[in-house]
Amino acid sequence: MGLKRRVGFFSGLKYRGGGPMWAWVFHRVTGIAMVLFVGTHVFASFFMQQTGSDLATNINIIYESWIFQIIVIFIVIFHGLNGMRIAILDIWPKFQVFQREALWLQWLIFIPVYGLTVFILIQRAISGS
Amino acid sequence: MSSRTVQPGLSFEYVMWIFTRISGLSLILLAAIGISSAFVLGARTQVDLPTLVRWTFFPNPNHVINSEIPDVTLGWANAFWQVMQILIVFFGVTHGFNGLRVVVEDYIGQSIARPFIRGLIFLLWMFSIIVAVYVVLFS
Repeated sequence: MGLKRRVGFFSGLKYRGGGPMWAWVFHRVTGIAMVLFVGTHVFASFFMQQTGSDLATNINIIYESWIFQIIVIFIVIFHGLNGMRIAILDIWPKFQVFQREALWLQWLIFIPVYGLTVFILIQRAISGS
Repeated sequence: MSSRTVQPGLSFEYVMWIFTRISGLSLILLAAIGISSAFVLGARTQVDLPTLVRWTFFPNPNHVINSEIPDVTLGWANAFWQVMQILIVFFGVTHGFNGLRVVVEDYIGQSIARPFIRGLIFLLWMFSIIVAVYVVLFS
């Protein structure tokens, strides 16, 4: 285990894997981001409720602000849809032939779902509720 | 051409590989149940987006204590939603920490720190599950 890599970060980016490669990269980054954000939110909520800490309250205010939610919801919906694509292709491997089409379909679902959420978030932010 | 030996039967990595798929699909299903139930129980007119998201991912009355649902204990605080919460937490936490373990072990390789990091992630996982079950059942 543990591959020996003699490839730097920037030369790694030159690898032309195309869409599936970037989906893999984003899946990792969004996964780590979710562990980080949700973990922070859980700990902050715990201390907010138990000790009424100002720091924890401020962390949760940032977490729940519409600007941060635009990022968090991107992360959650992308990771969910991409994970669903991976799981479906793993259950029925014969569809692997169409993996690039599956990726297009994934973005085709992602754009309206995420777009609607961002629309509601911005509408709420402007109307101030 | 180099080859690697593959253990036949169930190994830890294989079980976690399958678990990641099953728990991921289950989380999407549980979130769908949560979000549609929130709409059925009044989210369409009474609940704002943050509350909807809170119900979708952790349907606990304490989680939405400051939101605008009238009578949160009436429609929500029952055994069904406690089971839902425990399932979401179990699948979510296990999926998340296993993913963290996979990514970290990908980058540290065969190092002396590996068992310690694995143990630390295991402790964090167990702590999260225990705290979550306590919050769901006793608060």
